[in-house]
Amino acid sequence: MSTSRIYLDNAATTKVDPNVLAEMLPYFSDKYGNASSPHSAGSEAREALEESRARVAALIGASPEEVIFTSGGTESDNLAIFGAAMKKGKGHIITSCIEHPAVLNSCEYLEKNGFQVTYAPADSDGIVKLDALERSIRPGTFLISVMQANNEIGSIQPIREISNLAKAKGILVHTDAVQSAGKIGIDVNSLGVDMLSMSSHKIHGPKGVGALFVKKGVQILPISRGGGHEKGLRSGTENVSGIVGFGAAARLAKESMGEMERVKKMRDRLMGGLLKVEDTLLNGSRTQRLPNNLNISFKFIEGEGLLLLLDAEGICVSTGSACSSKSLKPSHVLLAIGRSPEDAHGSLRLTLSKFNSDGEMGKVLDSVPRAVERLRSMSPFKSDSQMKQFSDKHATHEDDEHAGIH
Amino acid sequence: MPAYTDKVMDHFMHPRNMGELTDADGVGMVGNPTCGDVMYIYIKVKGNRIDDIRFKTMGCAAAIATSSMLTELAKGKTIEEAKKISRGDVASSLGGLPPIKMHCSNLAADALHKAIEDYENKKKA
Ligand SMILES: Cc1ncc(COP(=O)(O)O)c(C=O)c1O
Ligand code: FES
Repeated sequence: MSTSRIYLDNAATTKVDPNVLAEMLPYFSDKYGNASSPHSAGSEAREALEESRARVAALIGASPEEVIFTSGGTESDNLAIFGAAMKKGKGHIITSCIEHPAVLNSCEYLEKNGFQVTYAPADSDGIVKLDALERSIRPGTFLISVMQANNEIGSIQPIREISNLAKAKGILVHTDAVQSAGKIGIDVNSLGVDMLSMSSHKIHGPKGVGALFVKKGVQILPISRGGGHEKGLRSGTENVSGIVGFGAAARLAKESMGEMERVKKMRDRLMGGLLKVEDTLLNGSRTQRLPNNLNISFKFIEGEGLLLLLDAEGICVSTGSACSSKSLKPSHVLLAIGRSPEDAHGSLRLTLSKFNSDGEMGKVLDSVPRAVERLRSMSPFKSDSQMKQFSDKHATHEDDEHAGIH
Repeated sequence: MPAYTDKVMDHFMHPRNMGELTDADGVGMVGNPTCGDVMYIYIKVKGNRIDDIRFKTMGCAAAIATSSMLTELAKGKTIEEAKKISRGDVASSLGGLPPIKMHCSNLAADALHKAIEDYENKKKA
């Protein structure tokens, strides 16, 4: 099964590159020292840690001392937001309504605990509206956190412009670059950000490792306390093998950035082919988009069924359908860009990596339209007007739990 | 994504009685497109028995499987017997459903009951 599997869910996680794994292995078996120990085993680990820090820094144009290793993208986002908020004590934060839950839920928590938060809207392409964001800046604003690229629809945000707005007013800028790192070139200095989150497992490194770039001179507080590792910002014995893997993945990503051209060509082939299916919508921008992301809504069907039909053919994808989420709510990102709940329902996300091949795209271009056709043959609807007529006349929101959760 | 029983996957991958009856004696429609789940149940009645039954469903794998299961449960039953098919019967015939998906099977039984109601109303008229 796994040999013939076509994996198109690289925004969820990626395969560890065999070269990355090879670099990691000695740090489990022979070089298992604690990087804080003064003996030779410790210095072996420490050297590996610092080499990895330099490699991760190089991927984003930072200095090594500006890189704090964490347990992943979620922790990096939390450290950036809570770290800045605790340092400040009170005030106003601006984020966007299309952020990852790691940012959204952190901001919502702060909002319930004395801070003020503005969620800047996005346009129909999934790009955060700069003018609305600018208007929401006020005297107490101390942090703006907007992702560099969205994890569902791949839309790339105007971070440099946001930094320019913020810099003039002394506001910190954080960006979640978990999806963009390794896919588009990043230079923290030209972006002008103060903090930037990354995650290893999205760039063919191991899971459970990430980093937060904290620009020299930027003051934040730690969210966990202990032995004072990572400049006191992230205590805890470093995950050396994981960090070595992250470093190796970062170096490979930087060296093979050219691969993204090939990935983009495959993605464009998929996009062209799948948009030929009738009654489909492209979610996200055509141009301001990660090279490996495609997100399409197929009307009149539901994404969980589509996902399972494709899985039965060995194709792994993802959907923003309410039915496949734990909360039975449709994707907040698709709703934020103006998709109806019905259209969010039939959404399919395909995210590619350098390990995909042109031959695989051919197979996907055959399988997806067939699966869509099959589900449409079961669907009572063939047009938006039919669906609307049904809603006006028959839609039931009954007394049962269904009405509550759906 | 919840884990489905083999029976659910079988009915989802190979739905029984899928389609439409253009000369149906009763049609039941339930659901809400904004929630993403809508079911149509069509019945053809002969001598007080459900002689033929079809479904059309927009919804998740559980919604499609429960529609399919329901048609098997109802086919050949008298109207009185069919009225007794409960929400729980559909789910248990499938070997259970993840708790979060129970409302999908509720829809199927509800759609059948509406189709019977529609049939009886038409008969009265
Ligand atoms: C945009 C974004 N931010 C944060 C995260 C969380 O990263 P991690 O899985 O490393 O905690 C993800 C991963 O799903 C993501 O896509
Ligand atoms: S139709 Fe939405 S969860 Fe079943």
